[in-house]
Amino acid sequence: MRLVLHVWRQAGPSAEGRFVRYEVAGISPDISFLEMLDVLNESLIAKKEEPVAFDHDCREGICGSCGVVIDGRPHGPQSHTTACQLHMRHFADGQEIWIEPWRARAFPVLKDLIVDRGAFDRIIAAGGFITARTGSAPDANAILVPKRDADLAMDAAQCIGCGACVAACPNASAMLFVAAKVSHLGLLPQGQPERYDRVVKMVEVMDEAGFGACTNHGECMAACPKGISVNFIAQLNRDLLKATLAPPREGAAWSGAG
Amino acid sequence: MTVDLRANVPDGPIEKKWDTHRFDMKLVNPANKRKHRVIMVGTGLAGGSAAASLAELGYDVHCFCFQDSPRRAHSIAAQGGINAAKNYQNDGDSIWRLFYDTVKGGDFRSREANVYRLAQISVNIIDQCAAQGVPFAREYGGLLANRSFGGAQVSRTFYARGQTGQQLLLGAYQAMAKQIGLGTVTMYPRTEMLDVVVIDGQARGIVVRDLVTGAVSSHAADAVVLATGGYSNVFFLSTNAKGCNVTATWRAHKRGALFANPCFTQIHPTCIPAHGEHQSKLTLMSESLRNDGRIWVPKKAGDRRRAAEIPDAERDYYLERMYPSFGNLVPRDVASRRAKEMCDSGFGVGEGGHGVFLDFREAIGRLGQQVVAERYGNLFEMYQRITGENPFDMPMRIYPAPHYTMGGLWVDYNLMSTVPGLHVIGEANFSDHGANRLGASALMQGLADGYFILPYTIGNYLAQAKLAKVDASHSAFKQAEADVAAKVKRLLGVAGGRGVDSFHRELGRLMWDQCGMARTRAGLEGAIDQVRALRERFWKELYVGGRGEDLNQSLEKAGRVADFFEFAELMCEDALHREESCGGHFRTEYQTPEGEAKRDDSRFSYVAAWEYTGDTAAPKLHKEPLEFESVHLAQRSYK
Repeated sequence: MRLVLHVWRQAGPSAEGRFVRYEVAGISPDISFLEMLDVLNESLIAKKEEPVAFDHDCREGICGSCGVVIDGRPHGPQSHTTACQLHMRHFADGQEIWIEPWRARAFPVLKDLIVDRGAFDRIIAAGGFITARTGSAPDANAILVPKRDADLAMDAAQCIGCGACVAACPNASAMLFVAAKVSHLGLLPQGQPERYDRVVKMVEVMDEAGFGACTNHGECMAACPKGISVNFIAQLNRDLLKATLAPPREGAAWSGAG
Repeated sequence: MTVDLRANVPDGPIEKKWDTHRFDMKLVNPANKRKHRVIMVGTGLAGGSAAASLAELGYDVHCFCFQDSPRRAHSIAAQGGINAAKNYQNDGDSIWRLFYDTVKGGDFRSREANVYRLAQISVNIIDQCAAQGVPFAREYGGLLANRSFGGAQVSRTFYARGQTGQQLLLGAYQAMAKQIGLGTVTMYPRTEMLDVVVIDGQARGIVVRDLVTGAVSSHAADAVVLATGGYSNVFFLSTNAKGCNVTATWRAHKRGALFANPCFTQIHPTCIPAHGEHQSKLTLMSESLRNDGRIWVPKKAGDRRRAAEIPDAERDYYLERMYPSFGNLVPRDVASRRAKEMCDSGFGVGEGGHGVFLDFREAIGRLGQQVVAERYGNLFEMYQRITGENPFDMPMRIYPAPHYTMGGLWVDYNLMSTVPGLHVIGEANFSDHGANRLGASALMQGLADGYFILPYTIGNYLAQAKLAKVDASHSAFKQAEADVAAKVKRLLGVAGGRGVDSFHRELGRLMWDQCGMARTRAGLEGAIDQVRALRERFWKELYVGGRGEDLNQSLEKAGRVADFFEFAELMCEDALHREESCGGHFRTEYQTPEGEAKRDDSRFSYVAAWEYTGDTAAPKLHKEPLEFESVHLAQRSYK
């Protein structure tokens, strides 16, 4: 395959960026999108030009490192697929492809296609955990979790933290990311004691980081490589409403269907 | 250099050793813990869990990772599960059985006392992770579910769909994130460790490079922990993440830490076959697939028919035929070697004949498509995404690929290397898996080291070590910084025209051919010369480009590949000296008439711990004898 690429090049966080046109040839349809970028970079190195910087690591769709916007879509045209798992057989010979980084105020560009997603780590540090000091746990089977709840929690927990949801959202909102964690932990009995504190703190840090508000476009779910449902955003909103309008009494156990 | 290779295994019966030791260890007063700074390099299962646990105890933890977030360490890619001797299935499991299976699976080349402790702690890990909210698979009644893995006849593997590593890692990451929020862990993402600093014989800090700005800086501490994973990427094509490297452990080795059993590498049997010259990595399909998938090749060599056109009578389910009691669930080394033999003898399927079938037809018939999808759905999807073939319609094609390294820095029972204060945990150390690791045991070991062993043993070290006051302005740090800066400059200064990936690919091919699944004396001797020659060319013909004071991924790779070159030689030396076959180390000269690994316990029942003696000097071999008091040495049989 022969392809024409328009790749976003930006030397640093404060430098001005622009699209640069490259041509690559001899691309096998069986290689991945990132392997295609490898081929581009090898050709740049051969010409002693600087290769395109892009984040990647596991290349099997689980670490969440990679992520570029391909023709306007985060992770490209295949649903439920990260850029590293996207294969060139989904592109046509001779196609022009536009490649750019995640665009969001909370994710500043570091270089070329690499952005700083540190805001996600700060949100988790604010409350995205269940406190269980090492050594203090009861026997694992002492906590029964109905299969349905465990399965639903797992659906939410699959989030790989790549940030495609933010890149896809017209408001650059991080609600799907935050909702996935809030729901994963809030659906489990172990997560109840910190449930309302958690949602308040995580949302607070999310807002501070400069992410936009959720206005129910649903683009996040369409872009999410793990197919995480926007229903979890509804779950987050219910918890947040309950926590802020009618805060549960100190020490009172949560009850009801949420 | 005098080398102290005492394993420091406590006295007493094996089931009492850890308890006795925990009582005998010195404690650090709670008020004094915050005065001790501990450096953690790596944030996978071992590093993340250790950082969280040490911070909870009150230590001042400084944690480093090269990824943009600690949540991305490669533990995240582990699919199948984690073992624990819970015996929740009432199928005869016990701590003793997990211990025995692991020692036997490792082909009797691991340290018995460490393995027993691992089996003991396995049960606490599941408790810990469940309490953190790891969404393990459940039965309808709400109890935890289990599945089976290779090398065991009990069902003791806990799992979270096909993403167990991800969920366990997020558990550890979240526990650590909480500590970051509290200020007890200081996190340095996108920061790569490039040297260990040893002062007065003690590890007192590290030198790092900020991967965004290129700034080189020093960090001093009272102890250093390496949790930096394995070195499978010496083969270039492996199932490891692209960033996985040997740099941290190799640089520590050059500062005095002995490297143990570097030739013990694991080739995982169920990976998606390679497809072409631009392939950048290999993708693993969880071993759990062998629970329900049947492995076969056509009975007729060179049979190019589609799988569906080959009737049952013309299929050779060779693992079931050769190993009737374990069948498709033989350990990884056996399954990999047999697949290679089948392909080498012309029975392979798919492109280039480098593949065998993994077939779910029978399971789909027995369980229905829905149950199979529930168990393996995400793996099937992954396979289809990569190959364009649907495993519900046709069998998967699989081939072995480098996956895990049992070798690593030598550590004693306290997980401390031969450099006092330098601790090594998880895959980066050598301790628990001998010559072959059983499936679902890497997650177990990483978390055992991080949650439950290191937090005790590091206290024992800190309580007794005489630590002079040292900070990053010490001349040893300045010297190490200058060394690191010089190396960066040297890499950037090579005025060749060849990219680093091209060298890495060539090194990997060489190592795979000569130091991969089957090794010979002649092949290894030749490989050592070839590695040296290629290394020389690397330092003449390389082109890195860009600047040192910038985000420069080509430079990062070049530094790692330079270390892989040096390390590859040691790996071949180790494979050459070990004139026996054991576990994943298969020397074709040493095999039984049935083609199984033939150990030589009289000559090689020891840990080979190598000392660095200089760039061109031969490494010096030290031996830690392995004594088996609790298990009986036997030739492994899975028939």
